[in-house]
Amino acid sequence: MKTHFPISRMNRRNLLRGSGALFAGLTLLPYKAMSEEEKKLSFYNYDTYIGEHTLADFTAATGIDVKMDLFADGDELFTKLKAGNPGYDVIVPTNDKVERMIKANMLVALDHGKIPNVANIDPAFMNPTFDPGRKYSLPYMWGTVGIGYRKSKVTDASSWKVLFDDPTYAGRMASLGDQEHNIGCALKYLGYGYNSTNIDELNKAKDLLISAKKGIKKYADDNGQDLLAQGEVDLTMEYNGDIAQVMAEDEDISYVVPKEGSNVWEDTIAIAAGAPHPENAHAFINFVFDKENGKHIAETIQYATPNKAAREIMDEAYQNNPAIFPPAEILAKCEYASYLGEEALKVRDEIWTAVQAA
Amino acid sequence: MEDWKSNGRSFWTLATPGTFWLVVFFLIPLGYLLILSFSSKAVIDGQVSVNDYDYITGIENYVRAINPDIISIFIRTLWWSALATLACLLIGYPIAFAICFMPERWRPMALLLIVLPFWINLLIRTYALKTVMGARGIINTVLGFVGIGPIEMIGTTGAVIFGLVYVFLPFMILPLYSTIERLDKSYLEASLDLGASQFQTFRKVTLPLTMPGIITGLILVFIPCLGMFLISDELGGPTSWMIGNVIQAQFGTSNDWPFGSALSFALMMLTIIVLVMQWYYQNRSKGAQ
Repeated sequence: MKTHFPISRMNRRNLLRGSGALFAGLTLLPYKAMSEEEKKLSFYNYDTYIGEHTLADFTAATGIDVKMDLFADGDELFTKLKAGNPGYDVIVPTNDKVERMIKANMLVALDHGKIPNVANIDPAFMNPTFDPGRKYSLPYMWGTVGIGYRKSKVTDASSWKVLFDDPTYAGRMASLGDQEHNIGCALKYLGYGYNSTNIDELNKAKDLLISAKKGIKKYADDNGQDLLAQGEVDLTMEYNGDIAQVMAEDEDISYVVPKEGSNVWEDTIAIAAGAPHPENAHAFINFVFDKENGKHIAETIQYATPNKAAREIMDEAYQNNPAIFPPAEILAKCEYASYLGEEALKVRDEIWTAVQAA
Repeated sequence: MEDWKSNGRSFWTLATPGTFWLVVFFLIPLGYLLILSFSSKAVIDGQVSVNDYDYITGIENYVRAINPDIISIFIRTLWWSALATLACLLIGYPIAFAICFMPERWRPMALLLIVLPFWINLLIRTYALKTVMGARGIINTVLGFVGIGPIEMIGTTGAVIFGLVYVFLPFMILPLYSTIERLDKSYLEASLDLGASQFQTFRKVTLPLTMPGIITGLILVFIPCLGMFLISDELGGPTSWMIGNVIQAQFGTSNDWPFGSALSFALMMLTIIVLVMQWYYQNRSKGAQ
């Protein structure tokens, strides 16, 4: 009988040869990857959240090509990595996501020995509750959530009352589009903790948000600053840096952290579990925390840098910008968002669905 | 044509790629979501896990979906989709008719204009709508010249429904066009010759004969409307969540894939009910003939 297919007989010699090749492949692969990592790096970041020429500078300095992909919010970052890392090295998760990702083994422990520029970081940032000892993340930028407003239209935005409990600007206001900031800031206005899991307090916040909805024109996902700049609204809950960016173009816009306190957050820089280029990732992180590079990044994106050495060489306008560095007594009332656990998040999500349904 | 039993080899040659595609990229993911919808997050060391599941634990996700907030969003979704579908029919029917009665050489151009928006990404078209309808947008600028406005358009229910109509109108026009085009015009002439008025002719002859196109159009518009989240997100105001937004939130912010899967299957059931009703209606009308 003739056959069209070559049939390989599994005799002893073939078996040995085959398995030998298999083991050679298995053992050589990691050595090769470690000794000479290919000159590539994949960076997963927010849009407009790196210095104008930082990536080009890094390539010029090290010969490593950086490919930057963009995510719109921390949830997109988390969801993308949840089902397995599709090839990202360096990522930019926010503090509560860092906590969640550490619990889910989604981050690689950093080797501080390979990041000497850690010395440039303000020591006040080096031991946060969400990542004790900074094992997995380093502070990239920090900021607040507050109220951006048009000075010629809004006289006083120093309290959350104006957004939640005051009909003066009804229909001319926007808010962020996520449950965490809306529920958290409503809790702060009511005098409770930002991370409260007390069901009575949360229900009061829910009622407040539902009644405040009458005045809200739009839950803007991350473009409240554009609505403000385009004149669609006169007042919006937003991240400070987003407002600072439109403040630079429009003198009539200002930013304030309400006196009841608010959310202070920290975006970190970390390496995703399963990163294909961990060596390059460490080199990149070290590059970002360099004094001059840190200065250039902060100048471009107008957020507060935890890089002390960089901040010291920035100009006065940045150092004294109240939108970037709010007054210390108000900052003292602001809280980090904690990772509350999946059950508590479910409660908050049901509240947010109820607000959307109402 | 021989049947597949007597010509098995060529049947399987032709059917294998499609079957493979269907199983790998459609049935397996869908089956996984179905299993997930009956699952819950695993509890490891007394803590609810972020990413691990206990599979097949019960129907708690479906029970959770029976809650006044979700139901009111479901009803809102049905209502808005119905309004948008009806508007598509009322706008699309005359357009399809007009195209059919155009001189032959204009028809391809008219159809091209209907299909043209598909060549542009949905997100970009929605953003374009925002620019046109915004407070300082093109419409309000023009209205400003004649001393009217500005009229608030973005951030209203009307804007969402307008957006749905804008996006799905071609799905209504194309099936209508293909049925109206095949309509034998001599029936209309006969009806008019026998003394029926224009209105009677439309109601008793044209409408029943084009009903298959109408039904297809209604389904092609209504079903995608049900699952839409992008338009309500971009054009809607504070009360604009449709069920698609709730599902999207479960797979994003809420990180609750089991609940999101359950909601998706609830929506799918709803869609199947619509299709069964259509099938029932068609069978009944066939029986009547």
